[in-house]
Amino acid sequence: MSPLDITLRDPETPRSTLGRPPDYLHEAHTLRSWFFTTDHKRIALLYLATITAFFVVGAIAAGLVRLSLIVPNGQIFTSDTYNKLFTVHGVVMVWFFLIPSIPATFGNFLIPLMIGAKDLAFPRLNLLSWYVFIGGGLFTVADLVIGGVDTGWTFYAPLSTTFSNTYVVPALIGVIIVGFSSILTGLNFVVTIHTMRAPGMTWFRMPIFVWTHYAVSLIFLLGTPVITITLILLVMERSFGIGVFDPRLGGDPVLFEHLFWFYSHPAVYIMVLPGMGVISEIVPAFAQKRLFGYRFVAYASLALASITFFVWGHHMFVNGESNLAALVFSLLSFAVAVPSAVKVYNWTATMYKGSIRLQTPMLYAMGYIGLFVLGGLTGLFLATLSINEHTHGTYFVVAHFHYIMVGGTMLAFLGGLHFWWPKFTGKMYPEAWGRVSAIFIFIGFNVTFFPQFLLGYLGMPRRYHDYPPEFQLLNIVSSAGATILAAGYIFPMIYLIWSLWFGRQAPSNPWQAKGLEWTTTSPPPTHNFETPPTVDFAPYDYPLRTPADV
Amino acid sequence: MTIDATGTTLPPPTMPAADLAVHGMKQPYHLVDPSPWPILGAAGGFMTVLGIAVAAHFHTYYLLIAGLALVVAVMFLWWRDVIRESRTPGMHSALVRLGLRYGMTLFIASEVMFFVGFFWAYFNFSIFPENLAAPFKAVWPPEGVVTFDPFHLPLLNTMILLLSGTTVTWAHHGLLTGDQRALRNGLLITVLLGMTFTMCQAIEYSDAPFKFSGGGIYPSVFFLATGFHGFHVIVGTIFLAVCWFRARAGQFTPERHFGFEAAAWYWHFVDVVWLFLFVCIYFLGAGPIEANVGG
Repeated sequence: MSPLDITLRDPETPRSTLGRPPDYLHEAHTLRSWFFTTDHKRIALLYLATITAFFVVGAIAAGLVRLSLIVPNGQIFTSDTYNKLFTVHGVVMVWFFLIPSIPATFGNFLIPLMIGAKDLAFPRLNLLSWYVFIGGGLFTVADLVIGGVDTGWTFYAPLSTTFSNTYVVPALIGVIIVGFSSILTGLNFVVTIHTMRAPGMTWFRMPIFVWTHYAVSLIFLLGTPVITITLILLVMERSFGIGVFDPRLGGDPVLFEHLFWFYSHPAVYIMVLPGMGVISEIVPAFAQKRLFGYRFVAYASLALASITFFVWGHHMFVNGESNLAALVFSLLSFAVAVPSAVKVYNWTATMYKGSIRLQTPMLYAMGYIGLFVLGGLTGLFLATLSINEHTHGTYFVVAHFHYIMVGGTMLAFLGGLHFWWPKFTGKMYPEAWGRVSAIFIFIGFNVTFFPQFLLGYLGMPRRYHDYPPEFQLLNIVSSAGATILAAGYIFPMIYLIWSLWFGRQAPSNPWQAKGLEWTTTSPPPTHNFETPPTVDFAPYDYPLRTPADV
Repeated sequence: MTIDATGTTLPPPTMPAADLAVHGMKQPYHLVDPSPWPILGAAGGFMTVLGIAVAAHFHTYYLLIAGLALVVAVMFLWWRDVIRESRTPGMHSALVRLGLRYGMTLFIASEVMFFVGFFWAYFNFSIFPENLAAPFKAVWPPEGVVTFDPFHLPLLNTMILLLSGTTVTWAHHGLLTGDQRALRNGLLITVLLGMTFTMCQAIEYSDAPFKFSGGGIYPSVFFLATGFHGFHVIVGTIFLAVCWFRARAGQFTPERHFGFEAAAWYWHFVDVVWLFLFVCIYFLGAGPIEANVGG
């Protein structure tokens, strides 16, 4: 079957928009209608454009880091440049791409659609969030232009407070400002989900995507303020020498690590939970089967958001933490595996005896599940005190968190982007190219990062410009993988933009998926639904295929 | 069912579309128009932050002042829009008001976590003074730091804030029972008490036996935590003052007065944070005491 057959057969395919209200993209074309907009769908597209730009910056920096590591003696860039490159990569990817990626784009676009609302609760606040994000981004971009920063994305003291001669403060201000954008987005989502569900849309009829965004919003609201204060203290330390983190004045650099990871560990779940939401939508749609254990997946999202606030100490096992604290943090970190595994098993069980179609979103989703399992299991290695002693600060850690952040979040992001692209834009992407790039990304990713597990286990420390010659082979393999990965990223950028002009008109529901967002037109009208929907059906209302589906 | 200010019954959130039509509404949401305030407000905030950097480096304050002016202007205009909308029938439905309540509650929850950051930094040294790096001795407050007498100005400030908590409740009670005079007087006294607190805090700062810059950990955490709280007191005072003007204009009814409620919630939050500051920093963290502070 040709990949496009399904859409050709769909009788709902709109041939023209005559007789319909204009969709949100065509309602107005002025700049004012975009920059003053209060439409959550337009704001989502503004975010999509912005985070894509940041992704390109971060990806170029990553490419240069891999380029530098092809040779063992660091001849390609000076060590200062190398430090700035991996810092740019980390700062931009974590704070300006991964954290806002799925919530600010898909969450913004889809939460109101999925719960049958017309917009978010505070549409102007939503627009303000985007402008605040832009403000933070400007500081960070300015920082790169005037000379960059070399502390790594974690800004550890006392390097960041005392020893770095680079532009630390503008980067910190950028990150602080972006935090406010996160807080406002989280607040908006929670209020929307609580108060704006359509008649009949009870809590346990909500898609898992909405549940995961609810959980993420709680982390935004309660975690982000702590990092804001932490980084403000860091700015104060660097500017005025307040002494809190500076040992010369009696301060405690480990305090910075506590405060930093109290937010930044939960931030991992800010990155991962929305991805889990995306996968929980894609898998049932492409297996045409109900999500297995819906309530458990919903509860697992809340469990992850709660447990994640109590595991930050596992970043400090070798930093003089007491044995008791280390033991408790280790056990709690293991506890994270339980809700994570619940989700993985449930996605897998959803596919069991399903009618599986291997289209692009499903390829990404299956890639996600495999890579997330590998990233999650190596997380258990790192949570083990004795193994952490050996692998702490090595490429093992780098590989682990890239399996979660790229193998997890990035694949979910791309899977979701293909899945909802017809809804966002009203156009179909070219399916064959989609599959090719999904396969490129899966292979490229593994070739890039699997050798890093080996390098780390052999003892190669992270963030070093230089390494012993015996590590060169694995580093070359890793860099070669990065080129495949890069191709996999470039294809979608080209064909998705191409599809805006030349793609086929998308029907309302190209995937025969369930959920309110598929009941409205593609792209949706400005206020989402021509008549407000009422909900009298279960979530993931797919055909019953096994006794467990009932 | 919720009763509107005008006495009409507003539909609950889950009312079917057919019933909404009876009430003359297509749906229970308030869909806002495109707005220039987000871009202008964010521009003002950006100019303010950049202005601080420019002021710190080049000692010119124009950008900072312009940024602050823009922020204040946008806040005024944006909230003026919101207040006008709240007084337009059919805009602030029961559902919208419920959303505002959730929003304010979550905002305050988020604010609490800001203070958690400061308290964490403080407790890291006050409960575990061994975290002070050598050669500093493991005592809190650090050796050589002279602190305020907690039962002097700080106790007075505690009394002022606690009293203001009761006067704002008096105003609330007056509002609910239809006694608009009590509402106005209660609000006015609360605002005056808030201003008194800020003045006392200013006196305390000017008489402090330590300096923010170069004074070490105790003064920096002290000034940052109490200063951040003081900023919240000022914000809360302005919020209550706006409510006083709105009360004088007769905009609050016993049934609909969310603006007042939000201000009161915020004020109580500021009050509770102060109690924690007083107990943990001023009282439990007291060392050798400066006798004549504020005296």
